[in-house]
Amino acid sequence: MDISIQHLLGLDGVSRQDITLILDTADSFYEVLQREIKVVPTLRGKTVVNLFYEDSTRTRISFELAEKRLSASPLNFSVSNSSVSKGETLRDTIKNIEAMKIDMVVVRHSCAGVPNFLTQCTDAVIVNAGDGLHEHPTQALLDMMTIRQKLGRLEGLKVAIIGDIFHSRVARSNAWGMTTMGMNVVLCGPPTLLPQHYDSLGVPITDNLEEAIDGADVVMMLRLQRERQASGAFPTIREYRNRYCLDLDKMYTLPDNVLIMHPGPINRGIELASDVADGNNSVILEQVTNGVAVRMAVLYLLGGGENG
Amino acid sequence: MALRYEWRSYICLGAVKMDKRKEQGVFFNFDNTSPAAPLVIRNGRVIDPLNGVDRVSHLVCDEGKIWGIVDEIPERFNQVEVVEAEGKWVVPGLVDMHVHLREPGREDKETIATGTRAAAAGGFTAVACMPNTQPSLDEESKIRYVIQRGENCPCRIYPIGAITKGLDGEELAPIGEMVHAGARAVSDDGKSVARTNIMRNALNYSKSFNIPVICHCEDPAISQKGHMNEGVYSTRLGIRGIPTIAEEIIVSRDLLLAEYTGARVHIAHVSTAGSVRLVRDAKSRGVNVTAETCPHYVALIDEDVGMYDTNKKMNPPLRTAHDRKAVIEGCVDGTIDVVASDHAPHVSEEKNVEFDAAAFGVIGLETSLGVINTRLVKKGILSPMQMVERMSVMPNRILGLGGGTFSRGAIADITIIDPSARWIVDARMFHSKSRNTAFEGAELHGRAVRTIIGGHTVYVAGE
Repeated sequence: MDISIQHLLGLDGVSRQDITLILDTADSFYEVLQREIKVVPTLRGKTVVNLFYEDSTRTRISFELAEKRLSASPLNFSVSNSSVSKGETLRDTIKNIEAMKIDMVVVRHSCAGVPNFLTQCTDAVIVNAGDGLHEHPTQALLDMMTIRQKLGRLEGLKVAIIGDIFHSRVARSNAWGMTTMGMNVVLCGPPTLLPQHYDSLGVPITDNLEEAIDGADVVMMLRLQRERQASGAFPTIREYRNRYCLDLDKMYTLPDNVLIMHPGPINRGIELASDVADGNNSVILEQVTNGVAVRMAVLYLLGGGENG
Repeated sequence: MALRYEWRSYICLGAVKMDKRKEQGVFFNFDNTSPAAPLVIRNGRVIDPLNGVDRVSHLVCDEGKIWGIVDEIPERFNQVEVVEAEGKWVVPGLVDMHVHLREPGREDKETIATGTRAAAAGGFTAVACMPNTQPSLDEESKIRYVIQRGENCPCRIYPIGAITKGLDGEELAPIGEMVHAGARAVSDDGKSVARTNIMRNALNYSKSFNIPVICHCEDPAISQKGHMNEGVYSTRLGIRGIPTIAEEIIVSRDLLLAEYTGARVHIAHVSTAGSVRLVRDAKSRGVNVTAETCPHYVALIDEDVGMYDTNKKMNPPLRTAHDRKAVIEGCVDGTIDVVASDHAPHVSEEKNVEFDAAAFGVIGLETSLGVINTRLVKKGILSPMQMVERMSVMPNRILGLGGGTFSRGAIADITIIDPSARWIVDARMFHSKSRNTAFEGAELHGRAVRTIIGGHTVYVAGE
């Protein structure tokens, strides 16, 4: 079966068949990652540009590892050593990179819609590695892969996503992807960090943590950017912690086999207590492992399509 | 190799473009000094709201003035130039009271010469241009400069002066001197006068000159960093939003100031249901307020931004279907007096970029009439008479231009419209220097076929 999308720009509008295909393919790459030799030749000769306009360590490393393990040639382009500072437009940058004959572009940018914009500038395959407040589709795919791996299914499970929903592209991608897969998503955070229009993402939104996590199979905590406090979104870190930190007391109200997830990096003691982050229910490091497998699957399915 | 190919195809495209553009229509220099020959426009549907006329008849002009609407052409006009207008609408010259012509300073986007050609081709006999040029139009000499540059252009041009020096919201610009030089209104369009005390002074001071203060209503503290309407689509696209209240908070403030000072206020580019309601309430209390909206708020909504289309990015932003409905209702019941284009030309490198980095604004002079006719008149929402009120009578009255009527002796500024002409918007055919239209590819009905200023034909559309 072939994937029906040409680029991975987001999960909004991606079909259940495509998501299932990516997750199934990722499962088989997961097996590869358990071997002694973790490299397959599927993308040999393909050049993948990692175009990172925003700081990121783990996502960039995860993509780079995925590319290397598919035998593709990665090329890293990050904002600090680029000609962006010389005032070149994004369109010209991508045109110049394309002129050097590349096959795929993995892009992260602080402006929403940049991956969509790049599809109009180049024939290369575009993979979104996070754009502004819009989407971070590979993160949502690795989250779903992890849940399916641990709980055996996705359909019918309840997922509570807690924290700074408004600024979270992870929450958006998960809301779209998980809903498509038949999961029940609840978004939760202080009203100042929720979208003004609660019906925007097609899932329930609440500011009540207890209500959000009640009966949840999965609880996903989001990173709180400390600068949100300075912008007036909440009074103090302490008050935020009291209301929204997942600590042991709140863990006791959850089922024994609940999964605790976090897209990282964690603010220990702010959104997630260390006891919970390091506890038996935490699958945070499995998420990181699965990230490589999911990115291999995405690059393989989108990059291999043309050659059959 | 590829480079050479692109270069050639560019030249070819350019050549086609010039030929095609000539086919679109011909301009004639407007010579203000020579008297216009008598002119008879025959068999058109003459629409003259101020005189309650809407019937097929003949319009006669003499010496650059309206002579009269007649059913039989008097003998003394038997030998004069005749324009056949069967099946066409003959209306008082359209006025676009909100355009950005970018001169002086950004002549790469538009000039007074190209902007007035776009205006004439769009059926406008007069435009009022905003002062946010570089430098801004904030003193007498700059107002005179724009008027001088507009001489002999195929459209009358009325500058709008700045409210504050450099549009920085701090010190009042010399409003009296600018009005003396020919400014017809004042505005800091592009932003609101942030300090309420300065705005109060501006309103009070402008009372001496009986000019409207045109208000761009936007609370920057709440709209900052926003790039589209705050709502379902901004959340989905991950674009920071500009909420409707950013507009309505300042509309409320400026209406209260108008009520308190008794000054004339004109609310520019109304985009929200709340603003329509606020203006309607203020009018019912007798506040001296008029209001305008733009064709894009009548025709488009935030959903049309689609996947980050920067040619749908303007300020205020496209709103929801609910807001669009209220804006249309405002046009119908007269809460909104004027439709103006907010023609805002930008070069392609300001639009062909990331959505957040793209400039705000769209051009509209050459599509305004077609969009209003297609979306409102043809659907029976607005009568042709009401369209003429919104696009000619009211802007004339607000700016005190003396047109907008076919009363005997009125200036012979006339637009002849073919309401059934069907055309596809193709920005490459525009006379404007810029291409940033929100209506590229749209099928429109109706366009100007002849534009007449003071009895002189300045534009005739191609076949």
